[in-house]
Amino acid sequence: MLSLNVNGKRMSVDAENDTPLLWVLRDHLELTGTKFGCGMSLCGACTVHIDGAPTRSCVTPVSAVAGKKIVTVEKIGETRAGKAVQDAWSAENVPQCGYCQSGQVMSAAALLAANKQPSDADIDKAMAGNICRCATYPRIRAAIKRAARSLA
Amino acid sequence: MITNESRRDFIKAAGALTLGVFVPQSMAQSGPGRTIGAFAGTPFTPNAFVRISSDNTVTVIVKHLEMGQGTYTGLPTLVAEELDADWSQIVAEGAPADASKYNNLFWGPAQGTGGSTALANSYEQLRKAGAAARAMLIAAAAEKWKAPPSEIRVAKGIVSHGTQKATFGELAADAANQKVPEDVKLKDAKDFVYIGKPAPRTDARAKSNGSAIFTQDVKLPGMLTAVVLHPPRFGAKLKSFDAAKAKAVKGVVEVVPFSTPATNGVAVLAKDYWTAKKGRDALSAEWDETGAFRLGSAEILAEYKRLAVTRGASARKEGDADAALQSAARTFEAGYEFPHLGHASMEPMNCGVQLGSESCEVWNGEEFQTVDQAMVAQAVGMKPEQVKLNQLYAGGSFGRRANPHSDYVVEAATIAKAIGARAPVKLVWSREDDMRAGYYRPMYYHTLEAAVDAQGKLTAWRHVIVGQSILTGTPFESMMVKEGIDATSVEGAANLPYAIPNLAVDLHTPKIGVPVQWWRSVGSTHTAFATECFLDEIARATKKDPLELRRALLAKHPRHKAALELAAAKAGWGKPLGQGRARGLAVHESFNTFVAQVVEVSRRQSSFRIERVVCAVDCGVAVNPNIIAMQMESGIGYGLSAALSGAITLKDGVVEQSNFHDYPVIRINQMPRIETYIVPSSEKPSGVGEPATPVIAPALANALLALNGKPVRALPLSNQGIALA
Repeated sequence: MLSLNVNGKRMSVDAENDTPLLWVLRDHLELTGTKFGCGMSLCGACTVHIDGAPTRSCVTPVSAVAGKKIVTVEKIGETRAGKAVQDAWSAENVPQCGYCQSGQVMSAAALLAANKQPSDADIDKAMAGNICRCATYPRIRAAIKRAARSLA
Repeated sequence: MITNESRRDFIKAAGALTLGVFVPQSMAQSGPGRTIGAFAGTPFTPNAFVRISSDNTVTVIVKHLEMGQGTYTGLPTLVAEELDADWSQIVAEGAPADASKYNNLFWGPAQGTGGSTALANSYEQLRKAGAAARAMLIAAAAEKWKAPPSEIRVAKGIVSHGTQKATFGELAADAANQKVPEDVKLKDAKDFVYIGKPAPRTDARAKSNGSAIFTQDVKLPGMLTAVVLHPPRFGAKLKSFDAAKAKAVKGVVEVVPFSTPATNGVAVLAKDYWTAKKGRDALSAEWDETGAFRLGSAEILAEYKRLAVTRGASARKEGDADAALQSAARTFEAGYEFPHLGHASMEPMNCGVQLGSESCEVWNGEEFQTVDQAMVAQAVGMKPEQVKLNQLYAGGSFGRRANPHSDYVVEAATIAKAIGARAPVKLVWSREDDMRAGYYRPMYYHTLEAAVDAQGKLTAWRHVIVGQSILTGTPFESMMVKEGIDATSVEGAANLPYAIPNLAVDLHTPKIGVPVQWWRSVGSTHTAFATECFLDEIARATKKDPLELRRALLAKHPRHKAALELAAAKAGWGKPLGQGRARGLAVHESFNTFVAQVVEVSRRQSSFRIERVVCAVDCGVAVNPNIIAMQMESGIGYGLSAALSGAITLKDGVVEQSNFHDYPVIRINQMPRIETYIVPSSEKPSGVGEPATPVIAPALANALLALNGKPVRALPLSNQGIALA
């Protein structure tokens, strides 16, 4: 049994050590907001925060995050940056199919938690690992800027 | 000449005759002249599309899949408009599979989403549904307040007469006892409250906090996840397999072979994906490859080029193109190459199935209900009405989830049957499984020849298209493939809008063993590129302005012309640009929507950058300008991914790509600035999900031609040594 700290709660999980955190969240803990897109850290749909850092859960073995603080999209709205991002996502009508947006929101929330006034280059750097096949990128950029203004 | 109308008729006929699922229209429980009958607390359900609860929620039942294109916002807008609801009380809900109520009106009796028809076919239907509900709420208020119905007003979800006021929720129970009106009057456009305004998306919040449920998220009690081993080549058959190593993986529950009309293989089932995947990866299998497809993309292209110089089936013939080419002052010719393309939606294909003795229940982002019901029924030995489909959000599709063979849906049902229906099954494909499962946009090769007279006027146009048929071998073949012409292979070419007196379009349809399917904007994905790029090559060679050349040829096509002129004006077409900068344009109609784009590029050492894209669209009445702009941006981004780097290639029959490292797609740092302008129109609305996609690649290629003086004759650009800075 592994003991995890997920969204501020202690949780016990009976999973093999090599199981990616993504599948522990989705299949064992039924936190399905975090999405499976590629399994190779190429698309960012599975992004969660590990001790505050945006991390691709699809390639992170669960054994590597025991004892660390794991935050998922289901709870990121309880942080100041996370709430600002989610509000901006609605205000700018960012999501289309929506499947990648959990990961986009987590990457954006981590960016704004660390950088209150990101430039376009900062946004490119923080968000280039998150693919959106609906190409909502112009609205993601606008929403990050809107969220930054609301946090100022 | 092939038009969109003929396509609709084809599908209508295909649904009725081939699938044998015709159901009369009038099976709804409520109807004109009848009352619904209800008691207090029961929601008011005036028709199949509207449900008003005592808590004042207006639920709009949406018959079309929400896969990003905005159906859960656009269709409720139509109801809210005529109902005079308040937008904040609107909730969207996916319709069940029931073609008697929820058929696509452009497809006859079949239920499904595609061809950018969702809003277009629902425009009057849902407005009438809203107006009928409104009339019944008014009748209930009139009875309650003993006032003439004509004096009762409805606005923003409040019904009022003088000082008396009631919410929809308060009147719902009484409204249910009113007669459903025989006929309803729809609003004049000048009275629209929501149509033409940017109502916010109904699904934005749920899709930002992880609560929106996709097929991938379905979990039923006792459910097993199935991960499959498919053959390495299309057409191969499972000969034998050794399950021992898969079964040795702790947690693997079942290892079963399966076979469907589309494919075959071995499924490994476990309580969770990771265990099932480890089991699948441990499997060893042998395949009978006697019927397998073993060509490579280069060999396919060589064969297509050989075919292109011979006569094909005629898709359009006006005048005598051959004679005009022979006697011309000057002629031009070019060939254009297009690779196979994968849809690569963010959510890999997946499907949940619970198989019982009397019914089969499916959880899926359902794009093709009528076909999936029939195909699943066949696979599990039931009647279509025993197959219940639960509609979920789709994490993209771009056409992939409307598979005419129901490939992955039938695969899930077949695996559920193979384990004796002992547990609900969720089939989950990995990204690699998804990318290698086929059903690609076909590969094509086009040749074009044209002639101009001494004044530089176009006198002849000869277009030959070579590529696989999407519809052959599907339930739609008998109706949509006529005299050797698959309508989807030539759309956008056979209906070329330009006034050229001698015009011929021919088609060759080779049969090869690569499964193919429609891909966002279907035939226009390649025909728009070939026609618009060739025209620019002629403009350049004859020293004509690409805009003026098109304007002169579009006298009889005012909607193409107006879109083009709007885009050109907004982009500053003709205004001088600095050194190392250039513009290109293209215009194209698909699904009765007219899109023009101007792309501005700049040279960056050996590569280039897209500085700006200006897009003009005429989609009739603009129901939600915000959704329209989103779909233009999305279509441009999707088309750019394909133009820049999209290619599925085969080597000895094996697909060479597997994931986003070798099938790269556009990312935020590469996405250009996009401005969208809507051509004002009072025409009936047409779709916006697809028509922006085919225009971006030719507009970009034409900008590169202007920048570098070299035409682009093969996609993707990455294979031509051209890359974004």
